[in-house]
Amino acid sequence: MSQSIASETELKHPGLRSSPERLLFVLLVLMVGVFVFSLFLGRYPKLGFMPLKTLRDDQLAQRLLFNLRFPRLITALLLGISLSAAGNVFQMIFSNPLVEPGFLGVSQGAAFGAALSIILLGSSAVTTQTMALVFAFVGLGSSYLLARRIRFGGWVLRLVLAGIVISALFSSGLGVLKYVADPLSELPEITFWLLGGVSHVTWPDVRSILLPLLLGLFVIYRMRWRLNLLALDDTISFSLGLAPGRERSLLLVAAVVVTAAVVSVAGMVGWVGLMVPHLARRMFGANTRYSTTGSMLIGGIFAMLSDTIARSLLTGEIPLGILTSLIGALMFILLMISQKVRVIE
Amino acid sequence: MSKVLLSFEKIAFAYDINGRTVLNELSLEVEENTVTAILGPNGVGKTTLLHLALGWRLPQRGQVLLDERPLDSYSRRELGQWIGLVPQHEHVSFDYSLLEYVLMGRAPYLKPLAMPSRKDKELAAEALRAVGMGDMMHRRVTALSGGERQLVLMARALAQQPRLLLMDEATSHLDLGNKLRLMEVVQNLTREGITVVLTTHEPEVAASIASHLVLMRAGKVEHAGPIEEEFTGERLTVTYGVPVEVSEVSGRLIALWGHENQHRKRDRNAE
Repeated sequence: MSQSIASETELKHPGLRSSPERLLFVLLVLMVGVFVFSLFLGRYPKLGFMPLKTLRDDQLAQRLLFNLRFPRLITALLLGISLSAAGNVFQMIFSNPLVEPGFLGVSQGAAFGAALSIILLGSSAVTTQTMALVFAFVGLGSSYLLARRIRFGGWVLRLVLAGIVISALFSSGLGVLKYVADPLSELPEITFWLLGGVSHVTWPDVRSILLPLLLGLFVIYRMRWRLNLLALDDTISFSLGLAPGRERSLLLVAAVVVTAAVVSVAGMVGWVGLMVPHLARRMFGANTRYSTTGSMLIGGIFAMLSDTIARSLLTGEIPLGILTSLIGALMFILLMISQKVRVIE
Repeated sequence: MSKVLLSFEKIAFAYDINGRTVLNELSLEVEENTVTAILGPNGVGKTTLLHLALGWRLPQRGQVLLDERPLDSYSRRELGQWIGLVPQHEHVSFDYSLLEYVLMGRAPYLKPLAMPSRKDKELAAEALRAVGMGDMMHRRVTALSGGERQLVLMARALAQQPRLLLMDEATSHLDLGNKLRLMEVVQNLTREGITVVLTTHEPEVAASIASHLVLMRAGKVEHAGPIEEEFTGERLTVTYGVPVEVSEVSGRLIALWGHENQHRKRDRNAE
């Protein structure tokens, strides 16, 4: 009896000043705060917060807030949540802290599809998104098929190799497309898409990706503790009663679906999926029960803040992908040179 | 004779269809509530045999029965509750605390979407205490030495509460103190009705904790039976292909092998 009382205190995390649940709650509050903050911050009528009086009286202000900023902010939020959650899934499943959600040919495939659509099918947003989505899965599918045919190495190594090669193929294809693209009309559009951003996002865009996003995020969120076990060797997770192949595939598909959906509307927004899970593991430890949720919240906050800076800092728009890469890479450097973080064991 | 818990029936196994046959016409029965040690030279198929018992590898011919049912008639979760594995080595890429790591042993009792409960945490903590790591639950797994990690892997298997425990070279990196502790843990398991099958390269470990001994050679079981009948110099000499003598010292069986220390021999001759 005394033993179980002793374990009451032992089981708590002494390393964290507060419990992981409390820390998650703080992040959630912070995320809601950033959302409201970003909604009202901007350059209309002048740089700063929009006064409530303006919102009440000015029809243009209402349209700006609800039809432009709102869908854009929601997309930034979903983008941050999705890429970070997917990044965490990829890093755990491949037992490799340096992979990011697009690396199995998904990102390069989507980019190639979007560029192909811009050149062949004109610049309709719907066709570009559809083509990006289709080619994201073509990229994933070819990586998978190639990995199955490689005759050496373990499954994870083969997938990584195949992903690198397929990405390189699509990226050279993209180079060809950029070379033949009309430098005045098509090339800027491709470039803009490649830099990534949510400035053009409207309500229909949000609606079109909402279902796959929520479905994929649901799977990742609910299986988050299980993800721990899929980071172990196959033999071990098998001995613990899992069907590692099946469960891993389910989580990978969920991660790729949310990534592809986000990339199809927002283009290539880099470094979110790579850096945020590291930050989350730094705060919560490796246990995916907390680091997955933590990644989602930090990712949402990070993407919303980046997008707010992107549209407010200059009178013109800074492409979101440039900002996230810049901030992400800088933070990653900080994480790497600071103590207690092992990027590679 | 007590009930047979695990039996291999004329197993043939090769990793590659055209490759070398690892196991050939292998048959073996493991009785309930025993500790069976498998001895044999490197590459003889000891680990493969454990993987077959686990259901992780499937034999090309023959079948494995657990509690008189073929392995493939068990669901994944059911088998996870039945059999635990302590691997020889495990790569850990991420910074888990010992408690979080051992908690993973509870997976077979949890549905895919479920989270471990407080009860699961207590069982994990208890398992850590059983291997003598109760006071370091919040240390990082990545900061442990190889031997300490083996104890953590053992604790995870204990948290799994299996009826059959497979241990692959589980004592190989342990110092003398920890080796003794682990051997005591294993012997206590049989009192709780857990059957243990272990592979080892240390005949002394087998001699001190096993009730039964299996000697493997060339993909087959050469001899199997109670330890006092099988643990002889003659048998071990054939198994390893080097001269082995077995002596009894203070009531324990000791295997002596190889040459006398050359330096000591020279010194003695000089005298």
